Amino acid sequence: MHAEDVDCDRSAVHVKPWRAGADAPFIQIDGITKRFGDVAAVNDVSLDIWKGEIFCLLGGSGCGKSTLLRMLAGFETPSAGTVRIDGQDMAGVPPNARPTNMMFQSYALFPHMSVENNVAYGLRREGLAKAVVADKVKDMLHLVQLDGLARRRPHQLSGGQRQRVALARSLVKKPKLLLLDEPLGALDKKLREETQFELMNIQDQLGITFIVVTHDQEEAMTLSTRIGVMDAGRIVQVGEPREIYEHPGSRFVADFIGTVNLFEGRVDVAAPDAMRVMTDVGPILVDPVQGLSARQEVAVAVRPEKMRLTRKQVDAANSLPATVQDYAYMGDITIYKLVLEGGRTLKVSVANGDGDGAPITWDEHVFVSFPTRAGVVLTA
Amino acid sequence: MRRSWFLWLTAGLGFLFLYAPIASLVVFSFNESKLVTVWGGFSTKWYGELLRDEQILGAAWISLKIAALSATGAVVFGTLAAYVLLRVGAFWGRPVLRGMTTAPLVMPEVITGLSLLLLFVSMERALGWPAGRGMMTIVIAHTTFALAYVAVVVQSRLVDMDDSLEEAAQDLGAGPVRVFFDITLPVIAPALVAGWLLAFTLSLDDLVVASFTSGPGASTLPMVIFSKVRLGVSPEVNALATLILAVVALGILLAGLVLRRR
Amino acid sequence: MSRRWLVIAIPMLWLGVFFLLPFLEVARISLVDPAIARPPYTDLFQDGVFAGDFENYKLILPKYFYGQDNLYITAYLNSIRIALISTLLALVIGYPMAYAIARAPEPWRTVLLFLVILPFWTSFLLRVYAWIGLLKGNGVVNNVLIWAGVIDQPLVMLQTDFAVYVGIVYTYLPFMILPLYANLVKLDGALLEASSDLGASSAATFLRVTLPLSLPGILAGCMLVFIPAIGEFVIPALLGGPDTLMIGRVLWDEYFRNRDWPVASAVAIAMLLLIVGPILWLQRSMERA
Repeated sequence: MHAEDVDCDRSAVHVKPWRAGADAPFIQIDGITKRFGDVAAVNDVSLDIWKGEIFCLLGGSGCGKSTLLRMLAGFETPSAGTVRIDGQDMAGVPPNARPTNMMFQSYALFPHMSVENNVAYGLRREGLAKAVVADKVKDMLHLVQLDGLARRRPHQLSGGQRQRVALARSLVKKPKLLLLDEPLGALDKKLREETQFELMNIQDQLGITFIVVTHDQEEAMTLSTRIGVMDAGRIVQVGEPREIYEHPGSRFVADFIGTVNLFEGRVDVAAPDAMRVMTDVGPILVDPVQGLSARQEVAVAVRPEKMRLTRKQVDAANSLPATVQDYAYMGDITIYKLVLEGGRTLKVSVANGDGDGAPITWDEHVFVSFPTRAGVVLTA
Repeated sequence: MRRSWFLWLTAGLGFLFLYAPIASLVVFSFNESKLVTVWGGFSTKWYGELLRDEQILGAAWISLKIAALSATGAVVFGTLAAYVLLRVGAFWGRPVLRGMTTAPLVMPEVITGLSLLLLFVSMERALGWPAGRGMMTIVIAHTTFALAYVAVVVQSRLVDMDDSLEEAAQDLGAGPVRVFFDITLPVIAPALVAGWLLAFTLSLDDLVVASFTSGPGASTLPMVIFSKVRLGVSPEVNALATLILAVVALGILLAGLVLRRR
Repeated sequence: MSRRWLVIAIPMLWLGVFFLLPFLEVARISLVDPAIARPPYTDLFQDGVFAGDFENYKLILPKYFYGQDNLYITAYLNSIRIALISTLLALVIGYPMAYAIARAPEPWRTVLLFLVILPFWTSFLLRVYAWIGLLKGNGVVNNVLIWAGVIDQPLVMLQTDFAVYVGIVYTYLPFMILPLYANLVKLDGALLEASSDLGASSAATFLRVTLPLSLPGILAGCMLVFIPAIGEFVIPALLGGPDTLMIGRVLWDEYFRNRDWPVASAVAIAMLLLIVGPILWLQRSMERA
């Protein structure tokens, strides 16, 4: 992104309206529930999403994220709750009359139509003039870099090209809200990474609000303005990617996003400058947290990259002796699996810098240290 | 591999069993002699006799008309039945409809034939329609039992079809009727063609149901063949069989070529 | 909503009128008496009074229970016997064929499959008719056997149960082969290699791996042969003797020869209960398994 873009950009990515709470939210989901028989696939979910956001619904399979998306598109009728898009209540509005479009996980390209007819299908339903349709299709195919493939059939395209046709088809009607169901799920890793940035770029140009369903946390981290983590039909945490990663609200979120070392324990002393938590590996010092009582059960979460690994003991708030059980060299970093006294294991990642000295290896006795701010105290 | 030749031998005998009768039909259709089992020299005279046989030609024409009409009817109603069973969601009569589209597959033909005949007789008495039996009643009967076969073929295609295709069209602004004609129908079209051909063949082949539901003046080809064959073997029928075989083989060959080109 | 019901109503109405209603008619007429009239039966309600009875059903019962003779029970049991034997024969002939096709290399596989399906598209009646010429006293089979010196006198094959078995197996063999083929072609070759790698002989591999895995195909094929065979009319009528009684043929004769519509209806209802009912039940329990 160029510097001047940032300057004049007023999109949600930069304004962050959810922080200020100034404008009214563009999409208001209020207490929405979907029951299939006795099972609540989506259970009392409320969400506010602002114009221009890329909002990711992140969760494992069966967590209800796809059902929530299908309720927004109108394919499922909520058992309770309301959805408002741009102030308009969506209850009883069929999918073909909603200001939303969807990009399907399977792409759902019409196999008997050419690329251009696939893209034009939605515009023709609006009864636009032929020339207008042709122009819009041409522009859209250009935007997704598919010029020259207009007359191909879907089965003559590569996976990445099909993905872009599906995107073009769902964007061409300029919906108020675009729903994307695992948009990059069918692509291989390399293509997925490239496409992520392309997707963000297109969204930025068109200013359409995206809601993306994904099970891939990296994808969610890269794409989204905010993430809603779902588990068992409920939203367990909503926040910006950094917030979710650095300040997970619960053991589930901490464990689901990235790798984490969790230490279960009780609050021992709550001092003004540091708080001590008694855990199964001994006392751990963390930054003080408001509203905790003594002896309250908590967990301390520490990310592997926030820990330091040294051969000699260093001066740090927390320092634990350990033995290297195993390690995996990943190129940019090395991940160590360590055994503490008492038998529990830890994961620590070490950046491979200029390679000063011999790297730490199997069976070495080492010290794991981390500052008070590295530990996140979790009560849920 | 000792088991290999045993396998090929048994399979070879199986194919001999499948094709020996057909080969004998073809060979004896060119027999000069009227005795179907004694070779009396090569001749095409039975083909000439066949082409002069008004009864057989008339019956063949009636059969073709009935088959075309009932296959078309079966495709329309069978596709609707399959669509209703798989796409319109739950409704109170669905188990009944499911039963009515599968039961004809296991129904002995004599029962189908008798029951439809009795219905036509009673309807004529009560409503005055259908006035007498003939082509119309055979078409209705064939449509009804071939419909079940079409429904099976179309249902399996609908099950294979990605549901999100229809959802995508709806999402892009198409109403249910549009979705059906724009998306569902073109995608399942191969199944409709296959179903039509199947229904056409079933109708063309049927003796029992047609015998029960036909009336005077509406004798189908199988009915005529059956009455001729009951009187004894006739070389004319051999010639007819050879012609049918040639048409079918040619048709399948052409279909294969067309499919390969696509 | 009304358009949805229209779509539902069309197939429902058609099948209701032309499939369900006819059975009610059959049930009604099975309760009345034959009459010399047009149509040849009495009314179920005469002067507003119910005039039906179960006399027609009593008539078709075995002699042991009130019946006239054992014609119907014999025909019923015969149908089951003939259908069962034919199904087994079709399995024995069809299995190696299906197996060979499934194991054949690709261009051959398509050709062989085509050869199995081709007869199905030609006239069923004419294929049965072909066997008359083959099985006759002076027919092709007898001539070949005498020429080869296997027999001195022509065998009597036409108008016997044997001819009916041949006709049924011949007609429905593709229905046996196709599901078997569909099952066997999916059989993972690695399973067979694993079995022989673990020390099984090829016979043991077949009995312990191939055969159990192809059981669904066997069941499907057997059902597809047994179901049409049991109600068959044309094959026993053309190839069977006067004593080859099958239930479909008995019903046909009752209607076309004796013109006894009420008894024909009673036979139809009995077939429905004793043949179609069990088959439907069997199919459903197989689907659940």
